[in-house]
Amino acid sequence: MPKSKKAKSKAIDKPAALGPDLDIGAFSREAAPWSSCPVSSLPRDIAQRALSAGLRTDEVDRAGTYFQIDHSVVFKAIQKTFEGKAEITSTREALKRYPWAKKYWWKLVSANTDKYTALADLKWDQGYFIRILEGQKIELPLQSCLFVSKENFNQNVHNLIIAEPGSEAQIITGCTVHPNVHRGLHVGISEFYVKKNAKLTFTMIHNWAQNFDVRPRTAALVDADATFVSNYVCLKPVKSLQMYPVAYCRGANSRVSFNTILHGGKNSYLDVGSKVVLQGKGSRGEVIARAIATDKAQIKARGLLVGEHEDSRAHLECRGLLLSDQASIHAIPELMGKVEGTELSHEAAVGKIAAEQIQYLMARGFSESEAEALIIRGFMDVGIFGLPDVLKDEIKHMVDTTVAGAL
Amino acid sequence: MAILTIEDLTVKIAGKKVLNGLNLEVPKGETHVLLGPNGSGKTSLIASILGFPSYHIISGKISFDGKDITNLPTDERARLGIGVAFQNPPPIRGVKLGEVFKHIAKGKVDEIELAKITNIPMEFLGRDLNQGFSGGELKRSEIFQVLAQRPKFAIFDEPDSGVDVENLDVIGRAISRFLKGRSGLLITHLGHILRYVKADVAHVMFYGMTACSGKPSKIFDLIMKRGYKWCEKCPKVKKLSRKR
Repeated sequence: MPKSKKAKSKAIDKPAALGPDLDIGAFSREAAPWSSCPVSSLPRDIAQRALSAGLRTDEVDRAGTYFQIDHSVVFKAIQKTFEGKAEITSTREALKRYPWAKKYWWKLVSANTDKYTALADLKWDQGYFIRILEGQKIELPLQSCLFVSKENFNQNVHNLIIAEPGSEAQIITGCTVHPNVHRGLHVGISEFYVKKNAKLTFTMIHNWAQNFDVRPRTAALVDADATFVSNYVCLKPVKSLQMYPVAYCRGANSRVSFNTILHGGKNSYLDVGSKVVLQGKGSRGEVIARAIATDKAQIKARGLLVGEHEDSRAHLECRGLLLSDQASIHAIPELMGKVEGTELSHEAAVGKIAAEQIQYLMARGFSESEAEALIIRGFMDVGIFGLPDVLKDEIKHMVDTTVAGAL
Repeated sequence: MAILTIEDLTVKIAGKKVLNGLNLEVPKGETHVLLGPNGSGKTSLIASILGFPSYHIISGKISFDGKDITNLPTDERARLGIGVAFQNPPPIRGVKLGEVFKHIAKGKVDEIELAKITNIPMEFLGRDLNQGFSGGELKRSEIFQVLAQRPKFAIFDEPDSGVDVENLDVIGRAISRFLKGRSGLLITHLGHILRYVKADVAHVMFYGMTACSGKPSKIFDLIMKRGYKWCEKCPKVKKLSRKR
């Protein structure tokens, strides 16, 4: 057996460093294939669930779409206006088409990291390939949907996103399941390359099911004068979710921001963090997280800033709001300075709604529940995040719905 | 007829008595001034009038506009027509001043006009409530909100402390204009606001009680000249001291 294969087969039994360990053999790899079809002709229940994760099957206000159900790619196309500016296809197709794609494959995330990366390598089901060509600015978001339609299915995607030099784009990824799916495992490997002077805004919305397990493994490499903005939204219950995406600010003046909005409800276990490694001169990082916990949810909100260049700076801000005595939020902000001159800072706060704030608003005539809703909505204010305009209202609406449900 | 009547009100917070059989009556159409040293119970009185839950009423009664409100929740009192401009309002992240305005004005107040009167720049409405507001901004924002509430009875807790002359002028005019023909209660330490607002009666608080009442200018001048230390020698205050 070649050395690498051996290492992988070893990794398949290796629990992840964080999060509850899962028996991956308990999930099924079998699912009937879906044939490709226009994304607008997908069944209504699928379209509705996709919409709940920010994905529009009518393709209005979207530059291109990738739609995968279980392991089948059902749709992948770029709108006519954007042809020749960006590409969207499956990673299997891309690796076949472009021999050079290999040098981006498994380069930021190691397949030997843990059993989930090993699983994605050994049992790989497509994933999306998005490439924005050099100097192209795509005004409308590109969208991709990773959908699970079969109960207890294990979906393992590997995505590759390349923003060529000087390009600019927004990507929306929605991950969700059919209403009849209650349990399953989604493993998603994502490797981002944001090249010189490019700007990429990536927004991922997760809308899973109460007994679903999710293990994304994400890394991004950001070159000189490039900006990578990663927004993550998870507002619906999930059994367990563990992810700790990392961005390497390798280039001079590279910029990274991670924005996370979490609502842990029911028995959800969320272990979500963001890492920024500052390697380039003048590199900057920002991590902002907002988490609310209701019912019996447990949230671990992590953050790690690593300063490896003397001229680098990053800040981490994590706020948690507890709305139940049986829930918990554990904020774990970490700073690691490796060279003199790097400036790393953090602020973290976890607590319940201040009685003083409620009383103040009640003195203005708000009822107690109106006051609470207003405060929670304010706490989850997405105005501070760099969300694409077309998503701002949708995400605000999702947050409002969550708040209404949480009370 | 009185807009506000407080009879023999005793209030405890965290087991400690903060109001001690207090009596106060504000007739309709009048503005009264509340004076008293720090810790005499002025802010506790406001919190009790609003019915904040941590202020436990041990005995006594609060009536507003002929209605017993002693056991009403805060929001109902506000809806009946009590409005308070707080001295130290809490910052609330993500909640915009404009959002709160919309809720309390209910489409019945001209936002631009009111913002002009209280010197609130329109972009200020998009800011997080009380978050990083300067002293003057806090006062103006509070008055802006209270005026938007259009209360029958407005309480202003030290609207004149910590503000510069220019802001004081804006605040003074806005409050004075609003209180014409309405009823109100002013709390002031320095009395600057009294240059703008014609008050009818002043009350001096000691030990959670009203020690004396009278003509505002007269009482205020005496206190400014002699201080509250002098008041403590007054037989009325001494009597209260024994009663507490």
